[in-house]
Amino acid sequence: MDLLTIGQIINTTLVFATALIFASLGGIFSEKSGVTNLGLEGFMVFGAFAAGIAAHYAQEAGMGGTTSAWMGILFAVVLGVVVSLIHAVASITFKADQIISGIVINFLAAGSTLYLVKLLFEGSGDSPLVQGFSKFDVPLLKDIPLLGEAFFKNVYPTTYLAILFVFLTYYIMYKTPFGLRLRSVGEHPSAADTVGVKVRRYRYIAVMISGALAAIGGAAITLTTTGTFSHNTVSGQGYIAIAAMIFGKWNPIGAFGAAVFFGFSQAIRNYVQLFEWSQSIPQEIIYMLPYLLTIIVLVAAVGRSSAPSALGEPYDPGKR
Amino acid sequence: MSNVLKWFTRDSFILPVVAIIMGLILGGIVMLIGGYNPIEAYSALFTKVFGDMYNFGEAVREMTPLIMTGLAFAFASRAGLFNIGGEGQFLVGMTAATFVGVKFAGLPIYIHAPLALIAGAVFGGLWAAIAGYLKAARGVNEVISSIMLNWIGLYLANLIVRQFLLLKGENRSVDISDTASISLTWLSELMGNSRVHMGTLIALVMAVLFYIYMWKTKQGYEIRAVGYNPNAAEYAGMHVNRNIVKAMFISGMLAGLGGAFQVLGVFQYQTVMSGSPGTGFDGIAVALIGLNHPFGVLLGALLFGTLTYGSAGMSFAADVPPEIIRIVIGSIIFFIAAQGIVRWVLKPFYSKRKKEKVL
Repeated sequence: MDLLTIGQIINTTLVFATALIFASLGGIFSEKSGVTNLGLEGFMVFGAFAAGIAAHYAQEAGMGGTTSAWMGILFAVVLGVVVSLIHAVASITFKADQIISGIVINFLAAGSTLYLVKLLFEGSGDSPLVQGFSKFDVPLLKDIPLLGEAFFKNVYPTTYLAILFVFLTYYIMYKTPFGLRLRSVGEHPSAADTVGVKVRRYRYIAVMISGALAAIGGAAITLTTTGTFSHNTVSGQGYIAIAAMIFGKWNPIGAFGAAVFFGFSQAIRNYVQLFEWSQSIPQEIIYMLPYLLTIIVLVAAVGRSSAPSALGEPYDPGKR
Repeated sequence: MSNVLKWFTRDSFILPVVAIIMGLILGGIVMLIGGYNPIEAYSALFTKVFGDMYNFGEAVREMTPLIMTGLAFAFASRAGLFNIGGEGQFLVGMTAATFVGVKFAGLPIYIHAPLALIAGAVFGGLWAAIAGYLKAARGVNEVISSIMLNWIGLYLANLIVRQFLLLKGENRSVDISDTASISLTWLSELMGNSRVHMGTLIALVMAVLFYIYMWKTKQGYEIRAVGYNPNAAEYAGMHVNRNIVKAMFISGMLAGLGGAFQVLGVFQYQTVMSGSPGTGFDGIAVALIGLNHPFGVLLGALLFGTLTYGSAGMSFAADVPPEIIRIVIGSIIFFIAAQGIVRWVLKPFYSKRKKEKVL
């Protein structure tokens, strides 16, 4: 295997990892505040849908490919925040089971996005093809051997944005008062309440950020790899993002690493025919490897209680 | 008489019924916004299901695996476990049944079919028991491990079909032998030659057994005690970990049996799948609508099956996209989960009832 191939595999890995990075960061925001978020899949579907629709209409209105793609991201954020309120109202205000509420989001996403696509495009199950983001090369840097091929040639802006958000999330979560309060609400809500942190407000904000980020993740799929929204655009990536979040122990950097790992396992499928040794291994084994490894890591993980301690518990101020 | 009345005014009856009505109304509003006539759409939906014997039989066939995955989810829930892995257990059970159905040809029918069913149940159970064991022994959250096991199960099923059972040149297994089939000719002929099968009857029996086991036996009592408060159960001398593994095993057995029904009763073969069929996830919805009670699950499956199967007729006759039904089902679960909203809607009625009591 030559350097060029290795570079290309890394490049494809990052493209696949982009959506997972956004969604798992979203998961971290919500869960750090104590709200379980099994609805990541649904938020991603809503985001992928909003991006496809908005980019299509923006293009129809005469905007260029890149501008309309950014419009797609914008609308994904808006829709992501709006639907995240369903999860927030149910699980924070009405103290519904958070896992169930997340499943509801997934149900609503699957139904309503396809319903709307069929409504808008006369019965077609796919949104029209949009141009989306175009790949670009970074001048000079692209000529570095291996690294250029891997990180600076044929890249999407969304990938860079995702990496930026990893550091941003880390900074917000661990270096700002906002992050401290958000984490305190997820670790010990009644203590946070005692010192004047508005528990429910912080949880609402966290869930809304979560919906927005996961929706950007979904939008990234539509605007880079598929170019259109259909029922299988997201197909389970939200669940993988949840795995990445746990794999990375609710830490943004860790989740980033896990998302890259899952991205790699998806990218490797495209290249598996290139290696001779892999011909004899059934493809299914390669497909199941990342999930198998996740279980092994979960089993082997030392200090397994890295989840926020108040995760999944609705806050009841009367219960100290 | 007053007992019956009391049963109908219980919260566990009123809340789901009101949630269902609210879900249907919400779906109607969404249809109105989309420019469709909800009354026309809903009547097309019910005509599709109850209009003729064939379609009714097919709807029953559609409900059967949902009963099983619904029971599976409800059973684990009673032990305080969130078994989101019904999907994987369903697939593994399906594959085990196909394997036995294809490979053990030559057995007499009264051995072959039961053996295939048992294989489906046992392997589905073992698949779930992995998640149970990981939870009991290593504290791994069963939600995460069973999501992972869903994917592994999907690829494992494909691997087995492609390596051992493949029909040459096709993307599916060879047919199971006739001796493994659980089709019921008389029932099928009775229902307009639809593909109803013995599995439906087994599913009903399973619901009854679930009820007896959970509420009339010591083992069921232990499982509920562990689900209600594991610490108290431990203090009372119960083996919490053993009960967790046991509850997951039985839960997986139910889902695996549901998968076996699909092969042995409906399709007679198994395809190489590009994605999960979703029956396990739908079972979660069914169980939630049925409030995790076996008889509630039957009603939940009836509702879910009617709505999904009927949605095809709705799109055919009234031209309404069938996806609207997912919105309806999603809203129903939402209202059931967030009971506070339903109580809020019902508030005027509740206060009226109290006044009557005072008088």
